Amino acid sequence: MRLLINKLVLILSTLAALLGIGFLFWILITLSIKGISAINLHIFTADLVDNGLRNLLFGQFVLALIAVVIGVPIGMIAGIYLQEYSYNSKYAQFIRNLSDVMMSAPSIVIGTFVYAIVVNPIGHVSGWAGAIALAIMMIPIVVRTTDDMLGLVPTELREAGVAIGAPKYKVIFNIIIKAAKVGIMTGILLAFARIIGETAPLLFTSGNSEFWTTDLNNEFPSLTVAIYNLATMPNEELVNIAWAGAFLLTMFVLIINLLGRFITKEKTK
Amino acid sequence: MIMHIKDFSFTYKGASKPSLKNINLPILENKVTALIGPSGCGKSTLLRSMNRIHDLYPGNKYEGEILLKNLQNQKMENILEIKKENDFIALRQRVGMIFQKPTPFPMSIYDNIAYGLKLQGIKDKTELDKRVEDALKGSALFKEVKDRLNDDARGLSGGQQQRLCIARAVALKPEVLLFDEPTSALDPISTSAIEELIVELKEEVSIAIVTHNMQQASRISDYTAFMYLGDLIEYDKTETIFLNPKQQMTEDYITGKFG
Repeated sequence: MRLLINKLVLILSTLAALLGIGFLFWILITLSIKGISAINLHIFTADLVDNGLRNLLFGQFVLALIAVVIGVPIGMIAGIYLQEYSYNSKYAQFIRNLSDVMMSAPSIVIGTFVYAIVVNPIGHVSGWAGAIALAIMMIPIVVRTTDDMLGLVPTELREAGVAIGAPKYKVIFNIIIKAAKVGIMTGILLAFARIIGETAPLLFTSGNSEFWTTDLNNEFPSLTVAIYNLATMPNEELVNIAWAGAFLLTMFVLIINLLGRFITKEKTK
Repeated sequence: MIMHIKDFSFTYKGASKPSLKNINLPILENKVTALIGPSGCGKSTLLRSMNRIHDLYPGNKYEGEILLKNLQNQKMENILEIKKENDFIALRQRVGMIFQKPTPFPMSIYDNIAYGLKLQGIKDKTELDKRVEDALKGSALFKEVKDRLNDDARGLSGGQQQRLCIARAVALKPEVLLFDEPTSALDPISTSAIEELIVELKEEVSIAIVTHNMQQASRISDYTAFMYLGDLIEYDKTETIFLNPKQQMTEDYITGKFG
């Protein structure tokens, strides 16, 4: 009887795993077939108004990059505070929990929040609002990674730095962060991969633009929002552009994730 | 006498009882003083009070005095009165510390040593080069690493890393060096290299060493202090402690009856 249950559980869990992987490959294969056939040189040289993706790819990248510039320093400083200066006080524990909650907050909620505090007072959507929304998504991830990675650095190294006569901030910035560098960089990379594929926070913060623009004070081109809009268009050509965009985005995120894993593996070797 | 610990008590943050009780102990100039005793006796706590590295964690309580000789005017000054960041930095450069596990900084071999020197304000490249070389020679490491000074220090073997840490401390020309079980993570060959080095170093600096290894204490120290449960039980010449201890408890520990 026990043997039977054992076998049954094994079969069920194998089936469940196969089902999951099956769907994943189904998505990837459909995406590849539809995406690759829609890719041509034209979509890289033309903007959305001329049925291309150029402005969208550029816009998405710029938004994510600005989010990194805003989010990484804030997240890192908070992480440094939690690990190096808070001595695990109740307040620090509270911030940690809060940051974990923020990490799993639905992205549409963050989009709505930024709409309320940035878009509404200004009166129209803007690239800045989109970048801020992405930065807010990113901060808790960076906080957590920095906190965890600094926590892995042995206490002795901090004491050794102090014992050589270095003030605490120098120990942190010259020694501890260097020792945790690879882990923190990987975390930032993965956070970047996470935000670059987000749609909901951008939907009503930066909107979308059909034209080439570098003006962050107005609506800003976004690949994900464009995919969202184009996918339901009755025009076959526009739907194909959406497939191409989705394929490119997926490949990009995949590569960043693999890169992150590769670095982590190299480090632990 | 370079350091003098007087009626010293130490209580960790949140602890109801002190971990060290009324310790009186001299650290003699250009001698090696060993602190021995079973785990939890407070020997590391005492050592870590002598450069006030405890202050990394707030809330601990010091009582009594730890005096350190000021070489300029030969006066004994109480290091427990230090409050300013700059004075702490100066204290730690005068009283260096080597830890149980080797702690190379994540930088090149050269920079590991130059880092502390730069903190002291030495900027001149030739001066730095010379001090780094001297320190490496002083810790018998120069021959092994002279062709790869720019390599990451974490690529060295455990014993080499520990000698690098000693070189790093020696480069600052400290008056006292504190060793906290410096060989307990090393193989026998590296251990004897470090022991030889400690004996050589006492020409220039005064040394206090915490060790679990009684043979090590008898091999390299001139004076030995035996501690038990936060009390200093006996302090004397190492020979006397090991051959003719006055206290029964010391004898029992030395002969392995407990510990």
